[in-house]
Amino acid sequence: MSFFNLVAQGVLLGGYYALLACGLSLMFGVMRIINLAHGDLAILAAFLVFSISDAFGLSPFLSLVGVLPIMAAVGWALQRGVLERSLRSGMLVPLLATFGLSIALENLLFEAYGADTRSLGGMIGDLAFDSYEVTSQFSVSYLAALIFALSVALLGGLSIFLKTTSLGRAIRATAEDPDTAELVGIDARAVYAVAAAIAVATVALAGVMLGMRATFDPYSGPMQLIFAFEAVVIGGIGSLWGTLTGGIMLGLAQSIGAAINPKWFLLAGHLTFLAVLGIRLFRDWARARGGLRSALGLGG
Amino acid sequence: MNNGLGFTVERWTRESAAFGIAVALVVLALAAAPLFAGADAVDKLTTLFIYVILAAMWNALAGYAGLVSVGQQAFFGIGAYFAIRLAVAGFPAYPSLLAGAVGAALLSIPVSFFMLRLRGGEFSIGMWVLAEALHLLVNLDPLIQGETGTSMIAMNAFAPAQRLAANYWLSLGAMLALLGAIFVLLRGPFGASVQAIRDDEEAAASIGVKVIAAKQTVFILAAFGCALAGVLWLATSITFQPKTNFGVQWTAYMILMALVGGLGTFEGPILGALFFFFVQNEFGENGVWYMAGLGVVAILFALFLPRGLWGEIEARTGLRLLPVGYRLRLTERTRARPVM
Amino acid sequence: MSLLSVDRLDVRHGLLQAVREVSFALEEGEVLALVGANGAGKSTLLRAIAGAHQPSAGSIAFDGADVTSMRAHKRVARGIALVPEGRRLFGDMSVEENLRVAMRVDRRGHWTLDRVMELFPMLIERRNSLAGNLSGGERQAAAIGRALLTNPRLLLLDEVSLGLAPVVVEQLYKSMTSLLEGGATLILVEQELNRALSVATRVLCMLEGKIVLDGPAKAMSRELIVDAYFGLRRAAVQGLR
Repeated sequence: MSFFNLVAQGVLLGGYYALLACGLSLMFGVMRIINLAHGDLAILAAFLVFSISDAFGLSPFLSLVGVLPIMAAVGWALQRGVLERSLRSGMLVPLLATFGLSIALENLLFEAYGADTRSLGGMIGDLAFDSYEVTSQFSVSYLAALIFALSVALLGGLSIFLKTTSLGRAIRATAEDPDTAELVGIDARAVYAVAAAIAVATVALAGVMLGMRATFDPYSGPMQLIFAFEAVVIGGIGSLWGTLTGGIMLGLAQSIGAAINPKWFLLAGHLTFLAVLGIRLFRDWARARGGLRSALGLGG
Repeated sequence: MNNGLGFTVERWTRESAAFGIAVALVVLALAAAPLFAGADAVDKLTTLFIYVILAAMWNALAGYAGLVSVGQQAFFGIGAYFAIRLAVAGFPAYPSLLAGAVGAALLSIPVSFFMLRLRGGEFSIGMWVLAEALHLLVNLDPLIQGETGTSMIAMNAFAPAQRLAANYWLSLGAMLALLGAIFVLLRGPFGASVQAIRDDEEAAASIGVKVIAAKQTVFILAAFGCALAGVLWLATSITFQPKTNFGVQWTAYMILMALVGGLGTFEGPILGALFFFFVQNEFGENGVWYMAGLGVVAILFALFLPRGLWGEIEARTGLRLLPVGYRLRLTERTRARPVM
Repeated sequence: MSLLSVDRLDVRHGLLQAVREVSFALEEGEVLALVGANGAGKSTLLRAIAGAHQPSAGSIAFDGADVTSMRAHKRVARGIALVPEGRRLFGDMSVEENLRVAMRVDRRGHWTLDRVMELFPMLIERRNSLAGNLSGGERQAAAIGRALLTNPRLLLLDEVSLGLAPVVVEQLYKSMTSLLEGGATLILVEQELNRALSVATRVLCMLEGKIVLDGPAKAMSRELIVDAYFGLRRAAVQGLR
């Protein structure tokens, strides 16, 4: 496989990871909640689109239009019904709640759909495998490019929303200091609910995209959660665009790893994650000692 | 012991003294169990002990040191892997198991230097990624052959009844030793330090608590404990399968047990393990519905019993069975200083 | 009917009782100076009135309605605004964004973004700076401005001069003269006694959570307040309650 192909694959895969991680980043950034059911919610959306498309013979893109608001409502309800209350008992209790949700979702999906892996690829016609040939050695999949574009559009749109709209400002203020936000008239609970709705809607979109470009089954959630988190952490917690960089780095690492040896696909990603953390720690350690030079005793 | 200050400080309450005696009796009964109980019961109790170890370890990490790890299966699995590697290399079975756990604990030392500098969510999922990485690395070992795994054939050198009893006593011993270690640690100044760190790390550091060292101690102890649980599990199941031994479900069970029992209490994890054990036994047959139900139970606890079973009992009755903390008993109303 | 009525309020921090059986009523237009030593309970009282801290007993009524269990953001909608101790600006947002956030509340009134900038001209050139980069005086101005933009009927100011140079405090109070002269209803926690007495119409002194002095500012002498502040000669002070 040519080098450019490899890089292109990795970057485009990164687009998917950024899309997947966006909602996790939002929930963690605003509410400090690690949603252990994040991946499972993506899979839920994929299954919903599958069912609707299957039942009514619609294109998954069309079903998606219906499923997104449903998932947004799910996110909203999850926050108001479960997480809001759990948060009051400390940061650990939402962990238990989202873990419970994760287990419950996976197994209920299994009950409903069985163990078979599914894919939405069969329902989108040629888009599933069509690609644009740049050179004889290097081609770009339309679907992957679409996902990347969606990801950039979403991150961009969210950024603009947070930066320029009144609600966006309210979200940022609440994320930074919910108590003071309440003191200036912001209903923190409502803000959290909106953030959760957006987060779950975006991960639903990611789940459907996963279904189109690959396969999924009821227990695919946790792996997606790990990918999402790796992307967020590699890119730097708290930054939306960082999530894109993180996703791309993860995608690249995995692609390069897989090119060396197919068994190394996942491992490459995990090792990159640990390496990035290590580099960051080293940099902080050096900084605390007055910069890299003095930390290493090089003088100057 | 009225010192005229209007309160006394006590560690042992009447209840805890009585409870202490009860515990001693129970331990004696448990120790004698293989002599009169059936094989099934012994096997089940062994599993229970392993659950208690896991719950207690996760509780020590999260409830006392404030370290939320979603990756303890790393040690659960790697300990078993070391053990099986040693056994295959020719070492005797049981020493291999112990060595495996010790090896995992040794591994946790360099890991702690790295991982403990991570904050909050980064640490949590970082541990999970570490577990996944170890899982995948172990898969590469030709002995393990990817997800196929292998068996600890050395265990077959023992007769099943012997093995059962040995595993039972080892598990009981390990559980008591680990619980004892936590008890001793918590009772002493270390316990106060660790809880101070959990509550406010900066403040603790400012009064001289050695934060990193304290966290490391708990981390390494928890790693050793989870690894012990892992090798004990290997001893009972004999097979080593990466997907099972490195599965994130172990952490999931730990979270469930610790939070259902009552995080940050000593009695909590024991209660949580009993709860999980009971539920597993009664409903485990129902496969998928059981798991879904478990998830719903977790959500319900998060919503309505966030302090866990023991936490609620403690809060409502003030009952403290084990003398881990200090109690302030007001003997008379403290009089206000007169205004001059 | 009083604008604010506090009745036998008890507020705790865990086991510690910070406010004990506090009762008082505030009329529209009054400027109340709340004085007392550190730990006397002044901040806690303000936070309880604003809704940032739930009382364990007693009640608070604002404009005739019982707001005791009302959440803080709803109280802002009704017209109570707190400038918290430590200012608590949103450090990652610009000054203008900090101000705009407060404008989400649907309350019409005198205060607009431009008017607040007029009141505190130092903020004009800093409007796009991150709030975290401001000096102490600028932060206090921004915090007060932020509260004003909710167009409150009752403004609670917690420790305006804390940590600020006298020159800066002078400037702030000068800016606030128009605010004060405009007939606003204020509760002001102020460490500098003289400053507090110069703007207040009424003085409330707290000691260990209780009110030990409550009366019109004109009737107060410095000696009287200082005695109450430190809990001295309570018998003589009782006569003024």
